Amino acid sequence: MATAPNSFRTGPDERGHFGIFGGRYVAETLMPLILELEKAYNEAKADPAFQKELDYLLEHYAGRPSPLYFAKRLTANLGGAKIYLKRDELNHTGSHKINNVLGQVLMAKRMGKTRVIAETGAGQHGVATATACSLFDIPCVVFMGSVDVERQSPNVFRMKMLGAEVRPVTAGSSTLKDAMNEALRDWVATCETTFYCIGTVAGPHPYPAMVRDFQCVIGNETREQMMKAEGRLPDTLVACIGGGSNAMGLFHPFLDDKGVRLIGVEAAGHGIETGQHAASLTGGRPGVLHGNRTYLLQDKEGQIIEAHSISAGLDYPGIGPEHSWLKELGRVEYVSATDNEALEAFALLCKLEGIIPALESSHALAHVMKLAPKLPKDNLLVMNLSGRGDKDVPQVAARMGMKISS
Amino acid sequence: MSRIAKRFADLKSAKRAGLVAYFLAGDPDIDTSYQILKGLPAAGADLIELGMPFTDPMADGPSIQLGGQRALKAGITVDATFDMVRRFRKDDDATPILLMGYYNLVYQRGPERFCKEAAAAGVDGFILVDLPPEEADELKPFAVANGLDTVLLTAPTTDDKRLPAVLKYSAGFVYFVSVLGITGTKSSTEEAIRGHVERIKRHTKLPVGVGFGIRTPEQAAAVARHADAAVVGTAIVERVKAGLDDQGKAKPDLVPGVFAYIKALADGVRSVRKA
Ligand SMILES: Cc1ncc(COP(=O)(O)O)c(C=O)c1O
Repeated sequence: MATAPNSFRTGPDERGHFGIFGGRYVAETLMPLILELEKAYNEAKADPAFQKELDYLLEHYAGRPSPLYFAKRLTANLGGAKIYLKRDELNHTGSHKINNVLGQVLMAKRMGKTRVIAETGAGQHGVATATACSLFDIPCVVFMGSVDVERQSPNVFRMKMLGAEVRPVTAGSSTLKDAMNEALRDWVATCETTFYCIGTVAGPHPYPAMVRDFQCVIGNETREQMMKAEGRLPDTLVACIGGGSNAMGLFHPFLDDKGVRLIGVEAAGHGIETGQHAASLTGGRPGVLHGNRTYLLQDKEGQIIEAHSISAGLDYPGIGPEHSWLKELGRVEYVSATDNEALEAFALLCKLEGIIPALESSHALAHVMKLAPKLPKDNLLVMNLSGRGDKDVPQVAARMGMKISS
Repeated sequence: MSRIAKRFADLKSAKRAGLVAYFLAGDPDIDTSYQILKGLPAAGADLIELGMPFTDPMADGPSIQLGGQRALKAGITVDATFDMVRRFRKDDDATPILLMGYYNLVYQRGPERFCKEAAAAGVDGFILVDLPPEEADELKPFAVANGLDTVLLTAPTTDDKRLPAVLKYSAGFVYFVSVLGITGTKSSTEEAIRGHVERIKRHTKLPVGVGFGIRTPEQAAAVARHADAAVVGTAIVERVKAGLDDQGKAKPDLVPGVFAYIKALADGVRSVRKA
């Protein structure tokens, strides 16, 4: 077990490590490019003009700040904690993914790259990347597992409409992990001209730190909005975890506020005990994949086990390395919710608040449904509503036996 | 002197370059892949890279991906791979064997235990695709302690400024990845290879092997004119696949087919007389 540092917000070290996690486990071909990106990102961070351009886009293009909304009927229904929803589903393109993508596409431009690639699971990151590439007139290729192409078809059409090329990936489990493999394979061949826009706080250093920084706008706004609404910090923060970017963006600004309880919700699929899940922190152990050391679903030898979740965005056998570190330090609690619990949560939010949540975010809500009733009424709970569920409507309708036509 | 160093010294005395043959342990089944391993030196391979199949081979193209899946389906494990090497060593104490693959399999066993067991089985070194010099510290001391050579990759993107960092961790030989890209997709030109090999040799006395994209005896000969060894992988794995029947079982001509191909490559490499 790692020992607790003075601050939880200082990672990673100069080699990109969060404790034993993170790092740069990539092919030599990519190493010089990753070092170049790290240097360019450090320069951008120190350049007020970069931040200014990003802030402008976040406000006027993506529609930030997203509201912090007091969910009155949900609170009354669950009968406990006072529940606020951080409305990142209202962002342009429908999820938190745009926060990160705008930052990275500005980096691509800054570095003179002429092509952008991305991997996507639910398609939200793909749509956000296609959107930003349209805005900046950069050719864009999105890799997506063929299973996800099927279950998130509305997003496939959106990407195509926005001018991106969508490449279905049929290797392995044909989901997010395989899309990431394929994006890395493309990048090895094209790295001199291509920028790889990773969709979550994973991959080799500096991606986990860079994506986190771009997503911290969620937590920074939440802090300010909660001070304004209640005059104090929240007590409990809850977010779903695929690779962990929306959760990290919400949590990171609060890591050193000891009184704030942080809870990440992984996808338990058919149930942890069935082995068919995507809960790498609950059911995995440390290993090396996709450029970093982190908790992974794997067999005894180290072969990666296919994840399962109803939610394409959470269907990944790994997690960002900083989460692995925070788990071992005990600063963040990691729990899980099953497919069925997420579907129940999905239905509840539609019914009570008139909001159709993404299946990913529904996992966070499923945990809120379990937790909130046990908390006192003055417990201020913020759940990150990371995305809207329009993309999931065909999948959920089919599951409920509903016909979309007529 | 390690088996790898000895082999390159012998090649130098013989005034020729070497042929390094890559294939996957367990592809298409453990017994057939053992027969391939056993017969490679006689067919003309000077060094052997034994691929360790991994579910997520991020630097490999479709041919090696599929070969890895065949091997995993056939039940290949790290122990079974060590076992193949142990059996091989009963008859051949000279041909170097390097394990090639991805770091997670090493990490799960623990680098120290992995190195100990690999050395005891008769392995001579490693090529780990996703362990660049930046992370190599966690393996290197155990490799050294067990007499194993760590062969690191250099790429066209590895410039003169970075090369020393790579070479610091390299032992046995230096592996130059001659194209920007994954295995089995494109080939470099003789001119480009010559330039890069000369550049690398300005920095090190280690032998230089060149791989990625070598498929024909002519290409192998072109590499042999400039480098100390030519590495062939994807094209061998494709020969294995060509020897499978509709059920994916090895046909009787699979192993001889692989050897005939190795012999042609070896003839190409040996056609070049070096100074
Ligand atoms: C709406 C939404 N929430 C959450 C996620 C999971 O990603 P992360 O854990 O990086 O936030 C996704 C991924 O596709 C998503 O679309």
